[in-house]
Amino acid sequence: MVNHTIKAFDADLESLDRYISEMGGIAEKMLADAMDALASMNIELAQRVIATDPRLDMMQREIEDHCVRTIARRQPMAVDLREIVGVIRISADLERIGDLAKNIARRAARIASETRLPRAIIGLKSMRDLAAVQLNDVLDAYAQRDPERARAVWERDVELDALEDSVFRDLLTFMMEDPRNITFCTHLLFVSKNLERVGDHTTNIAETVVYIVTGEPLPIDRPRGSDSPTL
Amino acid sequence: MTDAVSQSSPSRLTHASAAMRGKLAEKMAIRNLDFFYGDNRALKAVSVPLYANQVTAFIGPSGCGKSTLLRVLNRMYSLYPHQRAAGEVLLDGKNILDPDQDVNALRARVGMVFQKPTPFPMSIYENIAFGIRLYEKLGKAEMDERVEKALRGAAIWDEVKDKLNASGLSLSGGQQQRLCIARTVAIQPEVILFDEPCSALDPISTAKVEELIDELRAEYTIAIVTHNMQQAVRVSQFTAFMYLGELIEYGETDKIFTTPAERRTQDYITGRFG
Repeated sequence: MVNHTIKAFDADLESLDRYISEMGGIAEKMLADAMDALASMNIELAQRVIATDPRLDMMQREIEDHCVRTIARRQPMAVDLREIVGVIRISADLERIGDLAKNIARRAARIASETRLPRAIIGLKSMRDLAAVQLNDVLDAYAQRDPERARAVWERDVELDALEDSVFRDLLTFMMEDPRNITFCTHLLFVSKNLERVGDHTTNIAETVVYIVTGEPLPIDRPRGSDSPTL
Repeated sequence: MTDAVSQSSPSRLTHASAAMRGKLAEKMAIRNLDFFYGDNRALKAVSVPLYANQVTAFIGPSGCGKSTLLRVLNRMYSLYPHQRAAGEVLLDGKNILDPDQDVNALRARVGMVFQKPTPFPMSIYENIAFGIRLYEKLGKAEMDERVEKALRGAAIWDEVKDKLNASGLSLSGGQQQRLCIARTVAIQPEVILFDEPCSALDPISTAKVEELIDELRAEYTIAIVTHNMQQAVRVSQFTAFMYLGELIEYGETDKIFTTPAERRTQDYITGRFG
């Protein structure tokens, strides 16, 4: 795209781009570390994730502030306006993903002393892997302003919903097998819910990428994968 | 706190969707218009509708032909030699470019407000009455009523009602411009053309004129040429983007400024035109 006649406008937009990139990287790492802490019962790692969250919150506020000032200063139109609105939305979704990672880390710290149930964890690892791929893909789609790639992320969310469903059934089975599993499995139910919510926020980001590039929204009804209600 | 938007009628939020547009009547229609300054072709096959009771904005870089286009709509160019138009400009279905068109009658139906306020060197009262007298013979009481109605119509009555005999030139720039608008509506035209009406005005006067344009829409069809894109977004329902004498893109204002179809339109409105 041709540059703005006023160079400072280009600079404003570029710095918003870098902000989102940085936020995205932090959110990805928080998610990966939180799941690692859970899998390896690493309280220290969990606490590092929890301590990172305020930084993400601060970045979201700074991004919003920067966007408001850019709108006031530049009266953006068309694609520029959509970009700035998009950045506001994406930063909010990334901040929520950070919160969800922090919640997973909190659970990891609390169940670290519990008896391990290796089978219960496996379904969650699949969820973690898919959620991480989705997040990575959507951040790439944003960086390249690629609506097709974003759309693919949006469609793939149905697989994460299906995984959550099967994790739910597995954990219920473990709880029915032995009441001593209930505490541990309940914590894991929350973790699976958190991962499913990460997927939802990722699809929000995908919708925003499509909106930025085309000005059109994706359909209201995202594909859904599970029939039974989840927690 | 009252909702200012809902007080203006019709509300400026009543933008016509494509479906609704089928229900809008064309007050004027420009069809394949060419315009020449001597041998220089300044407008090239331009076709644009002006829907009744809607504001249509014309935007584009300097030299794109938007003011030229405006001046065809009331045959202003006929005042000058070596300027000619070819094609059709329909007002209620009749081509005003026809040689048998009475241009004075046309200019009574299609009024114009210019960039620089041009009040007559007469009293405020006479500024309004002068134009009316050219077309109608009215008694004093009736003329007083018409003058008041015109000044109210231009949202300036309260400011001048106690000094109708003062010179029109004694008013501030913003007031003079509203006086010119009052003068235009006094002869009860059907279409009003605005050529950068706020370029010479301060922000408060600009806001008052924009508010006035929105109110005038209820009774008139309006075309406005403006350099100020934010103004085009604020006052118009339809926007035409022109470049080098051609119409590049035309559509509903909201759509043009949020998701334009043409790259050149987007470059212009986002400040990437170099």
